[in-house]
Amino acid sequence: MADDTAPIRAMHGAPAASARGNLPPLELHVPEPHSRPGEKPDYSWLEIPEAGSLARPDEACPASETWAGTLGMVRVLDEDNRAVGPWDPALDPETLRRMLRTMALTRAFDDRMYRGQRQGKTSFYMKSTGEEAISVAGAFALAADDMVFPSYRQQGILIARGYPLEEMINQIYSNRGDRLKGRQLPIMYSARDYGFFTISGNLATQFPQAVGWAMASAIKGDTRIATSFVGEGSSAEGDFHAAMTFAAVYNAPVVLNVVNNQWAISSYSGFAGAERTTFAARAAGYGVAGLRVDGNDTLAVYAAMRWAANRARANGGPTLIEYFTYRAEGHSTSDDPSAYRSAQEREEWPLGDPIMRLANHLIALGEWSEEQQSEMDREVAEEVRTATKQAERNGVLGHGFHHPFHTMFEDVFEELPWNLEEQAAQAIREREIKWPERVGQKHSGDKPRTSAQGSTESANEDGRGEGQ
Amino acid sequence: MNMIEAINDALDTMMGHDPDVVVFGEDVGYFGGVFRASANLQKKYGKSRVFDTPINECGIIGAAVGMAAYGLRPVPEIQFADYIYPGLDQLISEAARLRYRSAGEFTAPITVRSPFGGGIFGGQTHSQSPEALFTHVSGLKTVIPATPHDAKGLLIAAIEDNDPVIFLEPKRIYNGPFDGYYDRPSKTWKNHEGGQVPEGYYSIPLGKARTVREGAAMTVLAYGTMVHVAESVLAEKGVDAEILDLRTLWPLDIEAVEKSVEKTGKCLVIHEATRTSGFGAELVSLVQERCFYHLEAPIERVTGFDTPYPHSLEWAYFPGPVRIGEAVDRLLKD
Repeated sequence: MADDTAPIRAMHGAPAASARGNLPPLELHVPEPHSRPGEKPDYSWLEIPEAGSLARPDEACPASETWAGTLGMVRVLDEDNRAVGPWDPALDPETLRRMLRTMALTRAFDDRMYRGQRQGKTSFYMKSTGEEAISVAGAFALAADDMVFPSYRQQGILIARGYPLEEMINQIYSNRGDRLKGRQLPIMYSARDYGFFTISGNLATQFPQAVGWAMASAIKGDTRIATSFVGEGSSAEGDFHAAMTFAAVYNAPVVLNVVNNQWAISSYSGFAGAERTTFAARAAGYGVAGLRVDGNDTLAVYAAMRWAANRARANGGPTLIEYFTYRAEGHSTSDDPSAYRSAQEREEWPLGDPIMRLANHLIALGEWSEEQQSEMDREVAEEVRTATKQAERNGVLGHGFHHPFHTMFEDVFEELPWNLEEQAAQAIREREIKWPERVGQKHSGDKPRTSAQGSTESANEDGRGEGQ
Repeated sequence: MNMIEAINDALDTMMGHDPDVVVFGEDVGYFGGVFRASANLQKKYGKSRVFDTPINECGIIGAAVGMAAYGLRPVPEIQFADYIYPGLDQLISEAARLRYRSAGEFTAPITVRSPFGGGIFGGQTHSQSPEALFTHVSGLKTVIPATPHDAKGLLIAAIEDNDPVIFLEPKRIYNGPFDGYYDRPSKTWKNHEGGQVPEGYYSIPLGKARTVREGAAMTVLAYGTMVHVAESVLAEKGVDAEILDLRTLWPLDIEAVEKSVEKTGKCLVIHEATRTSGFGAELVSLVQERCFYHLEAPIERVTGFDTPYPHSLEWAYFPGPVRIGEAVDRLLKD
């Protein structure tokens, strides 16, 4: 049958090719990573500047003096595990050991929680393996009361600030001890008293918020600064641009960090623009100071964050820092990296492992030994195990104790409006039909409370298996 | 006092009252806002509390969330409600949900002010009524004043509220009430009761409707500009209608709605926004669910059309006296 619609489609559809045969056809470029599964990883594209080679501008310098360095890299630890060059923060061995231990604790925590997810104790987990230096050394370089607007792979900051592991695990298990009442996806902590903003699953939203917090601190004449973290992938979001513009316009006391771990789930950094320039180099377009840092070099991370924090605190303005690192594990427990990247990428990553590099540095200084390292690993694993056992007394997801389900209606507004009161009553009626074995049991606090009345007390009425 | 002056007065009152109140947005600082709602405030309170922003709604609302997390009470202006969309993620996923996702650790006492609605030849990018978007989001309060008196009292209550509030200002009635007849001379607030604005501090609680006039023939549910159009049309037709100005779309004053519909037995819902999935659909459902056995006729709904607001055909789009009149006739026929 003749296709009568063909001329119409030709008119309204995309034209197949240009009629001008003397011009080359235009080509679309779709980025492709340097290696795929089954291939040998290729790091020949990666230029790693020598440790100590990048100049350290004065903290009060004009932003433009930092721009040349955004194509280089702040590196302190050299091939022989010595600290060299102008960025050496000259930290005492005790501080180095504390950073090492905090990073090891973070890794042990991740390992345990990953296993917990595989054992069905929670729905989801995200490890920060290979990126521990960024959060831990960053936290050491900030004041304890500086405000952090984190993304989802900065658990090391909470651990560095001494937030109880048990509280973190309660959140991951969404149990009755979870101070977020079991509402957030695991790892999306909130800890106001530790200067840690509630984590959002919508990426990069925290970047302009950090700038707003920093602006507020300046409006009130405070001395605290703000900092925020995004992945290189979500630096493509509009919020990144908004944050950089606002930070530059108001000279906000903020440190904005891009963790370039090469992979945004399965999309390699090229899809966020990495083929064209470094992420640090974006600072130049905004007139903001920029630094590119070896993210697996604990001393370099500390030095860069310290430089930027000092600058912000002295009203020198914002800094954009790119941490060049590698996401050694999958994006999350729901991700299988072997399906999209070479299995050898991790082992052959040229910047090494942050924990081993710091440990080797301490050993080279004569301040540490392999025996001490092994002993420390045992201790931190035990510390995590103890905290896990404590948290499990509050239940695990789906099999244990959780908050009374009327808490679902709390905190939408400060006061409970009529529609939520009605819906809460409905939910409580449904319980008697869905879980008849519990009818007649005492249900304390069935009436939802307003936030103003407070409602963080743990449930004492929840039976096992409810909600399954 | 006109509505812009009342809003300026409310901002002035609250800035004097609470040092944590900050006002910002595109053109709001030195110039005082394109509608002059923040006129003279920068001079009085300084550049760090009243300032201009980049043209970036995501940044404006995102920064407001961070400021609120610090402890300030930000009152950002979005120059036209049509431009709130680039900031919607910050509003919907962040501001509205901070209290919930942090179990009360962080809150967002932000009041986003924005002029909205048609009737000033704004074309399809300066005339929209996006209120239904906000009422659909858990955690946001949506407030729409219909008089200068209410604008001041409601804005003060919104700024004092500990939840995020969208404060939509019907710009057609900034300068005077509007009867829906675009070819009649403009009126001013000077001789209208709603233009009498007390000096100093007063607030009007959110979630409380205002009975514009009592009546027995039908209940009219309206807000913003449409309150005045409805009032004029029903008076001209000589219908003894009870008119409720909802003032706060959410939380809704459901008691006032129920009480009135149970009394009159008939209900007419009017809004300027597009029809499908508009806030009127929610009002009709609620009335049907809660007052069905009191109803003596099907509920009527008068709205804008399901098209963008057309510049040259603005008065064909506007739900004015003809469309409202026909609905009133249908209701009275039954």
